[in-house]
Amino acid sequence: MSSAVGVIFSSINDESVPELTKVRSKASIPFGGRYRVVDFALSCMVNSGITTVGVITKNNYQSLMDHLGSGKEWDLARKEGGLILLPPYSDESEMLYRNRLEGLKGASAFLRKCKEDFVVVADSDSVYKIDYSKVIEQHAKTNADLTLVYHEHRCGDSNSYMMFETDENERILTVDVNQHSTSIKKNYINVFVARTSYLRNLIQTAITRGYSSFSGDIILPGVKTGNVYGYKYEGYYQNIDSLQSFFKANMDLLDKKVRSYLFGERDIYTKINDASPAKFTESAKVSNSLIHDGCLIEGTVENCILFRGVKVGKGATLKNCIIMSENVIGDNCNLAYVVSDKDSSVVAGTTLAGCAQKPYFINKGMHI
Amino acid sequence: MLRKKECVAMLLAGGQGSRLYALTSNIAKPAVCFGAKYRIIDFPLSNCINSGIDTVGVLTQYQPLVLNEYVGNGQPWDLDRTFGGVHILSPYEAKTDTSWYKGTANAIYQNIRFMKMYDPEYVLILSGDHIYKMDYDKMLAAHKAAGADCTIACMQVPMKEASRFGILNTNPDGTIYEFEEKPKQPKSDLASMGIYIFTASKLFKYLELDEKDPSSQNDFGKNVLPAMLNAGEKMVSYRFEGYWKDVGTISSLWEANMDLLGDAPKFDLRDTERVIHSRSPLAPPAYVKGEVSNSLIANGCEVEGTVIHSVIGTGCVIEKGAVVKDSVLMGDVVVKAGASVNYSIIDEEVTIGKKSVVGDVIAKASKLEGKTNGITVLGRAISVGDGKTVPAGEIIDKNV
Repeated sequence: MSSAVGVIFSSINDESVPELTKVRSKASIPFGGRYRVVDFALSCMVNSGITTVGVITKNNYQSLMDHLGSGKEWDLARKEGGLILLPPYSDESEMLYRNRLEGLKGASAFLRKCKEDFVVVADSDSVYKIDYSKVIEQHAKTNADLTLVYHEHRCGDSNSYMMFETDENERILTVDVNQHSTSIKKNYINVFVARTSYLRNLIQTAITRGYSSFSGDIILPGVKTGNVYGYKYEGYYQNIDSLQSFFKANMDLLDKKVRSYLFGERDIYTKINDASPAKFTESAKVSNSLIHDGCLIEGTVENCILFRGVKVGKGATLKNCIIMSENVIGDNCNLAYVVSDKDSSVVAGTTLAGCAQKPYFINKGMHI
Repeated sequence: MLRKKECVAMLLAGGQGSRLYALTSNIAKPAVCFGAKYRIIDFPLSNCINSGIDTVGVLTQYQPLVLNEYVGNGQPWDLDRTFGGVHILSPYEAKTDTSWYKGTANAIYQNIRFMKMYDPEYVLILSGDHIYKMDYDKMLAAHKAAGADCTIACMQVPMKEASRFGILNTNPDGTIYEFEEKPKQPKSDLASMGIYIFTASKLFKYLELDEKDPSSQNDFGKNVLPAMLNAGEKMVSYRFEGYWKDVGTISSLWEANMDLLGDAPKFDLRDTERVIHSRSPLAPPAYVKGEVSNSLIANGCEVEGTVIHSVIGTGCVIEKGAVVKDSVLMGDVVVKAGASVNYSIIDEEVTIGKKSVVGDVIAKASKLEGKTNGITVLGRAISVGDGKTVPAGEIIDKNV
């Protein structure tokens, strides 16, 4: 039996990328030509031997449900365990959860049933590839209450990260929630491991005492007792907390090192859509781009990520663009630094330009 | 209510495909890759589900491992069902008699019990080596409307090629009065496509009769169809118009792949009306940095060289300075820096070394005589060393 279960938050800080979360939760933001952001956290859990994963949902989770389905693509369509959606739990106040702790309350019934010793709790707003089984191993060895995964590079735009300092045994000494210090370099990436029994008690305590802040009410007091540890993750990490960081994370895939780190072993799983192979016509000119099955390229494409079924018309030029699935870019269009959400179209001859700091954004299903 | 299926499909997938040489050394013909991300069997399986037929027996015999793995539980084709769905049917050992499938008819005969589980009115017989999209439901409607005992799908072929096929000689109303298997002097240009619909009771009856005849070769074209005709059963032709290609030879397999290319391709995989499903591998989108024109590129490729008029399968790597032209690369092929591949079919997992030369330009190579008409064939998982040359028209199944 697997020694751990997974819990994924699908909707933390949705508001940080309002453009993309208007129609979906953060977990189901399309990424890298064929993936959704949740694929990384979820695939990592599966690849770490976890066979039971609860996904805590909040608002607008239709697209997430559509993506995850029965979980078969992650090998999580199981009789025992598998993928379990945990829709918002409403108590007498009849409000959706406002924070992480309240979200976890909704998962307490799920956690009560779990027989596994450990639980991995992760957000699904980041691109990374981590072996959680190593985190669990360290957690068991140190006998910590909580093990928080950190990365030494700043990998997002927002200022709301928790940072901390550890001793040589990875024990966390100080925590900086508001980033007053510039010397502290260990950035918490919102992945932690705990014993299932410990987390169950924690949630119970939080409910009875009315705790509301995971960092303030749990981590800070935990650090004072000296039994909260860090785990250093050294691979590629990019948090998606703005349109700009979304843009950067996608463009990072044009770097062969990043691409082969994430996808070289073909073990980031995602929903399969049948599409015919990408077709390049005589007039196609493509350089430094990712092109998904189903695309039809008749124009010029440079430094772009094209999702499934994108059509690029004759004489059109796309530079530094992220074009999501089923977009139609008309003949002779000229697009630079454009992020276009699904099912949109740009009429022939249009010129649109943004910049790397502020890409031009086209809403889902828009016709321009 | 008794559970039954109106029509059960039986897909003959046991053929060795000896005219594909190295490409079928260790896999069955229906498992051969086609069109960058498909295998031949995707076409009949997708046609079934797109025609509303959800019960398919796949009869395997020759090298079934890859095919069995690929078909699996049938989920990619929506054929994973609690009642019906896709079933792999291999020859089996019985109490009194154990035998391989002796011929196409015998293979179906040995699985009469499978068909009877579904109590079908009709049985659709398909073969696993053709590329086409067809609505079998329309053919079934024609079979019912005509009150036929057997309906044979057919299409017009050039008269000079007619002697390669089973030829139907028909009356003006479409009924068949004569069936000739590969006639020397064909009387018509209507070729059987190897797609039959039988009224189930008639099929079972004639299969049992055929099995009792010791002189029979147990083949549909040679024995069962002529026997039904002689007995006066109602046999009707069903004209198919559209793209259909038998990919049983190297040159026809190459042509069928090339038919996918161009602004108005002869066979359009992009047509969304009848999607061809396949077991898609989990690869990221293709990365393209080189020059690609008039080609199909599947996911997972890394193209930094030049690709012209070619079909490139999932996960291929074409390094800087490498050139692939007029060729079919099946999947996970690596073409190293500076190598050139011309007018070739390269099977899965082949590695072509730096500055190697495989095949010759189409203008020269296609004039060659021989088994492949000048097409160079590299078999599964072989590797060609750095700086080696593989001459045009060669069929290679060992490392070079």
